[in-house]
Amino acid sequence: MHFTINGQSYDAEPDIRTSVLDLCREHLGLTGSKKGCDHGQCGACTVLINGRRVNSCLTLAVMHQDDEITTIEGIGQPGNLHALQDAFVRHDGYQCGYCTPGQICSAVGMLDEVKKGWASHASGDLTDPKFDDAEISERMSGNLCRCAAYPNIVDAIREVGGAEPAGRTADEKDAAMEANARGELVA
Amino acid sequence: MKTFTYEKPATPEAAVKDIDTLGAKFIAGGTNLLDLMKLQVETPDKLVDISRLDLAKIEEREDGGLTIGALVPNSDLAADRRVVAKYEVLSRALLAGASGQLRNKASTGGNLLQRTRCYYFYDTAAACNKREPGSGCSAIGGFNRILAVLGTSEHCIATHPSDMAVAMRALDATIVTLKADGDRRRISIHDFYRLPGDTPQIENVLEAGELITHIELPAPIKGKQEYRKVRDRASYAFALVSVAAIVDVQDGVIASASLAFGGLGPMPWRNPAVEAALVGKAPSDAVFEAAATALLADAKGYGSNDFKIPLARRTLIATLRNVTGA
Repeated sequence: MHFTINGQSYDAEPDIRTSVLDLCREHLGLTGSKKGCDHGQCGACTVLINGRRVNSCLTLAVMHQDDEITTIEGIGQPGNLHALQDAFVRHDGYQCGYCTPGQICSAVGMLDEVKKGWASHASGDLTDPKFDDAEISERMSGNLCRCAAYPNIVDAIREVGGAEPAGRTADEKDAAMEANARGELVA
Repeated sequence: MKTFTYEKPATPEAAVKDIDTLGAKFIAGGTNLLDLMKLQVETPDKLVDISRLDLAKIEEREDGGLTIGALVPNSDLAADRRVVAKYEVLSRALLAGASGQLRNKASTGGNLLQRTRCYYFYDTAAACNKREPGSGCSAIGGFNRILAVLGTSEHCIATHPSDMAVAMRALDATIVTLKADGDRRRISIHDFYRLPGDTPQIENVLEAGELITHIELPAPIKGKQEYRKVRDRASYAFALVSVAAIVDVQDGVIASASLAFGGLGPMPWRNPAVEAALVGKAPSDAVFEAAATALLADAKGYGSNDFKIPLARRTLIATLRNVTGA
């Protein structure tokens, strides 16, 4: 079988049952995409196929021989980070980092969906969706973070996507994080 | 996962001919089928890949309706400007389901054929008449809070999980198919699904090898549209109860009502008695209560899902208040 991943050509002969995720990780050495649940529930395996975000664990490699697959390795590299990767680093949008490649691939696809004018469940008017924190949370609900870095993930995506900040100011957030670090629970 | 052979036919006509064994299955988005294959709930001996057939267009018909190709991804259907403008309840239902990644992959035809999310259907160590006919039902007397209260049988209390299909039932959709012998047929969504009875493994009227090629929506129905979904999380969870509503009020009287329900039954649920309780009446809580009573007259709880009956009543009434402005 022949595949195009991150603009590069690959030939491989995986078992017919092989998912796009296992093709990348086990056959081609592209281990950036992560296997969390392997059932489309966690989003850690998210890649872009022809520019659209999908769960790579839930689709067969054999069905994507004519497609352009983009994994986190094709989004950016050390020294040449994608704007979202850079923002995740600066906003501390992770703790253990396992979900991060999926979060970033998903956010790349999601911001493109926003650009196309696609609405979401959080949109009041489907013909004129606003882009705010509620939209980011709804649109990213297919990516779980067991470390619960969600507030910082939203911060990173908001910065790159140009959404209006909601709720606390940056100073208030810093104060809340410091309070949390002291062991004081801040809602 | 059990292994399988793989075919990628070039046309729908070739695809229906490729389903030549009892264990052969079509695969389009694959988001439900592959999940079930990993658990060996589904064990097809052959996959017929229909994902690249020319069935991914949405077209306007002369009668003012839409013809939706079976392979239109859920995301594209939800975002289509004609759907947003005229069938908002369908866009809303699609956007209330699954995640962005899944909606990008899942097809319109496949969404109609989603299997239940009953825990015991997924657990091959448990009894399940849907998965293994005659083995029993672990859900009755088990953990059944997500399961059905309408249309159940002593053999199965599974719910149909789709949000999209609920909206399509409210919109009177028609399912167009191609059969293995080359014949086409048009099936009203009201005749498409089957109650479990003593054959819960048979969920719809499709014949072996019959392929859904299109879904037709009739010209838009007049009225305010809403899809209201109640679930355990704010996002990315199946419905406990959902209501698709299209209600038209003229001169202070309900002129027409089309209502379908998710999370309650083994199929997207519709009961003409609910609509009959509303049409011709001035909107009021008393009228809405009567509609809810009609919906739930035969409802039966199984212990941990008893709460769905009052939840359905309240969700219907809240939806009716909103769409009628009462």
